Amino acid sequence: MSLLRVSGLYKRFGGLTATDGVELDIEPGELHAVIGPNGAGKTTLINQLSGELAPDAGTIAFEGRDITALTVHQRALAGFSRSYQITSVFPEFTALQNVMLAAQAHAGHSFRFWRPVAGEAALIETARAALEQVGLSHRTDVEVAALAHGEHRQLEIAMTLATAPKLLLLDEPMAGMGQHESEAMIALLAGLKGRYGIILVEHDMDAVFALADRISVLVYGRVIACDVPAAIRGNAEVREAYLGDEAVAA
Amino acid sequence: MRSPQLWAAAVLLGLLGLVPVYAAVFEQPFYITLFARILIFAIAALGLNLILGYGAMVSFGHALYIGIGAYAVGILSFHGVTSGWAHLGAGLAVGAVAATVVGWVCLRTSGIAFIMITLAFAQMFYFLSVSLKQYGGDDGLTIAARSDFGWVNLANNTVFYYAIFAVLVALLLLFRRIVDSRFGMVLRGCKSNERRMAALGFPTMRYKLAAYVISAQVCVVAGMMLANLTKFASPSFMQWQASGDLIVMIVLGGMGTLIGPVAGATGLLLLEEVLAGWTQHWMVILGPLIVVIVIVSNRGIFGVLAALGRTGGAGRARPGGTSGEAR
Repeated sequence: MSLLRVSGLYKRFGGLTATDGVELDIEPGELHAVIGPNGAGKTTLINQLSGELAPDAGTIAFEGRDITALTVHQRALAGFSRSYQITSVFPEFTALQNVMLAAQAHAGHSFRFWRPVAGEAALIETARAALEQVGLSHRTDVEVAALAHGEHRQLEIAMTLATAPKLLLLDEPMAGMGQHESEAMIALLAGLKGRYGIILVEHDMDAVFALADRISVLVYGRVIACDVPAAIRGNAEVREAYLGDEAVAA
Repeated sequence: MRSPQLWAAAVLLGLLGLVPVYAAVFEQPFYITLFARILIFAIAALGLNLILGYGAMVSFGHALYIGIGAYAVGILSFHGVTSGWAHLGAGLAVGAVAATVVGWVCLRTSGIAFIMITLAFAQMFYFLSVSLKQYGGDDGLTIAARSDFGWVNLANNTVFYYAIFAVLVALLLLFRRIVDSRFGMVLRGCKSNERRMAALGFPTMRYKLAAYVISAQVCVVAGMMLANLTKFASPSFMQWQASGDLIVMIVLGGMGTLIGPVAGATGLLLLEEVLAGWTQHWMVILGPLIVVIVIVSNRGIFGVLAALGRTGGAGRARPGGTSGEAR
């Protein structure tokens, strides 16, 4: 059974069809990249998967269950975990507090008014493990506002990991990163690969071709191709629509 | 005592706690009434600050809950029910229902829309209270005697003052725990980035509504105290100016700091009192003064207090304290 099955997904904004009959199929443990030119509807697609946008038509099934009607937080509790293209962390908290908050969302209810969170050993342990996994364990007690851009992106990944996810929706995790930082992020994602289903939306073609098991190419809201990286590289239609010669040569 | 903020808070509370002593020594019983009023508004502002300062929900209608508390005492007393426990039970029950319904509607919006819709609800209740001809309508309702809490004799002004003071201190301790608890972290997370909180798996609406109701209930209690102090329940308690005053107190004292609303209520009401003694046109002075204080310290009076405390009271207040220095 596939982990995620998207069928016949449509989303229109006025006259613009941002999602045009998208079909996606993610196997457990698969790293599935979604690429496409700017304005192809990648973020719109991610937003429908995470529940922030309701599709006009189509269904999304997660582990065989139709989740199209579930809200954002219900999907998160079911095992979806997303990171944002624009860094979305809590700047006034420390790195550890950020990740603890993520863990807290999946550790029972939060109608607890008396006990300080700072004393909850289970949350601290989960958070430390996630920070270690992304290579931020030396920065746990730094206020997030003082972290560098690349570290913010790492922190985002740590937060998604702390929610005990089954499917990661990563929206351009390498956005705005330098060469060195990108390489570190590729290594990090390579380490996560196989353990979670991952949907990776990314413009960095080095990253995409190095990491992806399969690639879906989105153009004007339609999936024009979905295949293994080698086949995508050789696909004439994809070449025409999106990949320049230089990316294919890489 | 680990930090200047704690020192400043302790000094402020210590001074407030000594008011009945001054009043006795200088034979000025009026001070007790004046400061009881200050404590009551400090409690109301403290309640509002839970959602305004920590949750970024700017409610411009919290006077509504002061009104519910006051009318719970007024209407029950009018019908001969003098038990304080009955007043408290009725006030909190009506407050819970009203806050849940009003909050559930208002929290569908945010920003300016939230401000306006909370104001609209408060105005609705204001006109509702005006229309209660049986209970004095526009003129309000006189209350014969203070709520009867058995062995705690509120008829004695000093006892009444310390009862209010005890509630304030208890609420401060409770809120201090809440702010660092799971619930507090969720609330502060929603203030910072609610979308992200939902994506992490938090049903944010539920937590925000709970915070709104708690905040409203604190104002209900303040309203009951106000009715007891003035022996009066009036639509004027619910006027939009009263909601505005609460916001001014919080901003003046230091938004998102625990003790700030107490400092703000003390500062605002004392200034009003002093200036009104000098001139009839005290608002002309008070307005610009508030602007200056807020500009000089963006953390409010409490920011200044904390900065003074840090330099042992000798140095100049550091203008524009940085965020996060005081909680």
